[in-house]
Amino acid sequence: MSTIIIIILGIIMLSAAFVTIFSKSLLAAIITSGVISLLASIVFLILGSPDVAMTEASIGSALTTVIFLFALKKLRKEKNNDK
Amino acid sequence: MINKVLVALALLGLIILIMPIISNFQERTELSELSKKYIEGSINDLKSPNVVTSVIVTYRGLDTLGEVTVLFLATVGVGFLLQKRKKGKSKKDAPENLKTTSSFLAAMIMILGIYIFTHGHLSPGGGFQGGVIIASGFLLLLLSDINMKINHSILQAVESLSGVLYVGLGVIGLILTIGFLNSNILPLGEFGQLFSAGAIPLIYSLIGLKVGSELTNIIETMGGE
Repeated sequence: MSTIIIIILGIIMLSAAFVTIFSKSLLAAIITSGVISLLASIVFLILGSPDVAMTEASIGSALTTVIFLFALKKLRKEKNNDK
Repeated sequence: MINKVLVALALLGLIILIMPIISNFQERTELSELSKKYIEGSINDLKSPNVVTSVIVTYRGLDTLGEVTVLFLATVGVGFLLQKRKKGKSKKDAPENLKTTSSFLAAMIMILGIYIFTHGHLSPGGGFQGGVIIASGFLLLLLSDINMKINHSILQAVESLSGVLYVGLGVIGLILTIGFLNSNILPLGEFGQLFSAGAIPLIYSLIGLKVGSELTNIIETMGGE
């Protein structure tokens, strides 16, 4: 049962990774990379390592995404200032 | 075109290299010698139910010290590169109910973070996870209130004080000739209690405070403008 869940999660993670690489919108890329981390933390939880799952969920999907979003906001602000 | 062919060839080579390792993979049915040592030592010598914590804090304490140093350097780099411009007072004020609710929620999030790093030796999680959760509580406050200011000198004081105390606890182990960053410098106590496992809860709380203040600093420098 858990193998099937892991395979499904893996397929979703792979497709999210492709969206991250090929999408034209930076916002979509940031959000999908956060989704990958969130699903990875679920996989870690199923495999029986709650410590790593907590780290991945808090750092990978929450903090990194937020810091990327802040950086994107800063970039857009500077673009508007140049115009 | 030629680039793509080369990349494809490199990937193919990688697959051929990795294939024998994967095809011979078998799941272990019993623990290896080293993990047996760690699990027995964690229960008998350190009295910490969470083996991961005893490996991170005691057996590989020097690595953790290095990790904390890397995080410290990252914070210093962010603070140095992204120097703050002067904050103009924005006229808009956040709605009252948003401010009240988020400060209520942030307090609960921070209490969860403190719970996680003080119970690092009993339940999953520890200093790093708890610190990140505390920083996310501050993030909620920053997002909900535009004019929110975080006192940098308090953050820096907490950060440097916990760092100094962390290294100081390690040096106490050296003076007592037990070993650098060994947690047996304090009485071990009863297995499974909050105040047990020697200095592990103390060290992990210090790491939690340090990581929390560092990440709050990073978030504030990146986002507060």
